Amino acid sequence: MKLTAEQLGWSVHGRTLLEDVFLDVAPGQTFGLIGPNGSGKTTLLRLLAGLNKPKKGHVRIDGQPLAKMRQRHIAQSVALVEQQAETTDRIYVREVVALGRTPFLSALHPWSTHDDAIVGQALDDVDMAHMAGRLWHTLSGGERQRVHIARALAQQPKILLLDEPTNHLDIRHQLSILELIRQLPITVVISLHDLNQAMECDRIGVMDGGRLIASGQPHDVLTAQRLQETFGVHAHVLDDPVDGKRIMRFRSAVIPPSYSAGG
Amino acid sequence: MKAIAMHSTPMARTQAHWLWLAPLVLLIALLAGTAIGETSIPVDTILKVLANHLLGADYAVDRIDAGIIWNYRLSRAIVASCCGATLALAGVVLQALLRNPLADPYLMGISAGASTGAVAVTVAGLGAGAFTLSAGAFAGAGLAFGLVVLLAHAASSGTGGGRSTQAAGAIILAGIAGSQLFNALTAFIITKSASAEQARGIMFWLLGNLSGVRWDDAAIAFPAALGGLLICLWHRRALDAFTFGADSAASMGIAVRPTRGLLIIAVALVTAIMVSIVGAIGFVGLVIPHAMRFIVGTQHTRLVPASALAGAVFLIGSDILSRTLVPGQVLPIGVITSLIGAPAFALILVRGTRAQ
Repeated sequence: MKLTAEQLGWSVHGRTLLEDVFLDVAPGQTFGLIGPNGSGKTTLLRLLAGLNKPKKGHVRIDGQPLAKMRQRHIAQSVALVEQQAETTDRIYVREVVALGRTPFLSALHPWSTHDDAIVGQALDDVDMAHMAGRLWHTLSGGERQRVHIARALAQQPKILLLDEPTNHLDIRHQLSILELIRQLPITVVISLHDLNQAMECDRIGVMDGGRLIASGQPHDVLTAQRLQETFGVHAHVLDDPVDGKRIMRFRSAVIPPSYSAGG
Repeated sequence: MKAIAMHSTPMARTQAHWLWLAPLVLLIALLAGTAIGETSIPVDTILKVLANHLLGADYAVDRIDAGIIWNYRLSRAIVASCCGATLALAGVVLQALLRNPLADPYLMGISAGASTGAVAVTVAGLGAGAFTLSAGAFAGAGLAFGLVVLLAHAASSGTGGGRSTQAAGAIILAGIAGSQLFNALTAFIITKSASAEQARGIMFWLLGNLSGVRWDDAAIAFPAALGGLLICLWHRRALDAFTFGADSAASMGIAVRPTRGLLIIAVALVTAIMVSIVGAIGFVGLVIPHAMRFIVGTQHTRLVPASALAGAVFLIGSDILSRTLVPGQVLPIGVITSLIGAPAFALILVRGTRAQ
């Protein structure tokens, strides 16, 4: 499914959090969203998921404006993995993943073995099938994140939105989850903090101060100059001798003028 | 995969058993509520009276016994069961929607408003006898609820219509503020104009009183309880979807504002109806949902019917105790529910933490 945003704007209490964002993600593409803290990545993902109605502009999926669709209809195509979603309920892992089937169930379409199969597959995909019978509060942060991803996969979305999904994961599961996401034949928008991981996306966009200031192929966007201007770091861009892929080495933070003034 | 499939089957089976047993358990509880009392009446007399009324049979029974059983005990047991089921359901819904384990049916100012309405009519003489205590209590509950909703709306609208999770916090705070206001009004009216006798009567009523309950009360309580149950069952998946908060529910296709609004108004309405009939019986709405989560789990497909049944049975049992514990005297039912509920709640907490 094609995901587009036109002139998207959002503000709270008169403070602009997102301004004039144009986005165009082709079907099946993995789009990486990067930017410093508070640059508007989460706000943009919430608008793309239809959780907030944009104050300006439109979000469209396959040309249809999201604002005119029912929430249930949106959830049948779009799934979101939030950065933090916690519960104090004594709920089992399998029940959490089963929640992903909510938009497809109704009085006329009760739970079926088909849903069981989808939930089982989603658990397998994130390597959590062996923990299906565990209670939520006994899981580690990384395991919880993987269950949330499985829940989103159980929605069988055509567009998957992920807000820093690798945050709590160990390196092995970071790589396996990213590999899984890349291989999904669906449209993905993923916000990431690890810039080297962002290099693996089909396209990336850089957020800064609520604006999408650059987007394109990763190696065109992530230049040494961009890293210094937007992310405030001095970095080298190197070529890995093993496979020729481009990697970044971060050397130091750019010292703000107020610090170097020596007061 | 196989292990998972095996894991899910026994759960489904227990549920099937359960649904079969539910009406039977409720029926036994209703019979017990009818059979047990200060005047001991043999079971066969009870069955004969019930057969006379329900099946059109024509057994010869003592007229006084028949009156006690049909007009006094059975109607009372039915209202107790409706009230218990409703309070437990209201607790389930508010705890699920507001993501707060301490949420109970009176959170939205309903009991405080009902008490103000009741004293305004009985003590301050509002309406000059045109309203009954029940009507006053219902109007007060509605007024308090409306005020709490307005306050919550004003407090959460500043967040720009997003972040629905903050709205849940605003509702809880508005509920506390509203309850305090109406409790203060009640205290004001009582201290200003009530005699000691009136004050005692009001206190008795506030703790829950099924004594004056008759069939016309049952005719209001039963449809209200049934309607509440059906609305909760219809929205059981939406209630599940709130497990990780309102935003997560929205991302799984729940229209958060209309769904939450409908459910909260529905449970507030049926709770206000029950409070206006029997007073503000405490602890049922808080304890029963927690107890049931331990027994049947957190999924509302099971939790909703289980809580309704347990609430109904618990309140019938409490009513029996309140009538028989002290000979010659009827205790307020709220005293019984709290005396049982508080230690039960403590036990659930301790065992729950250990099980983890």
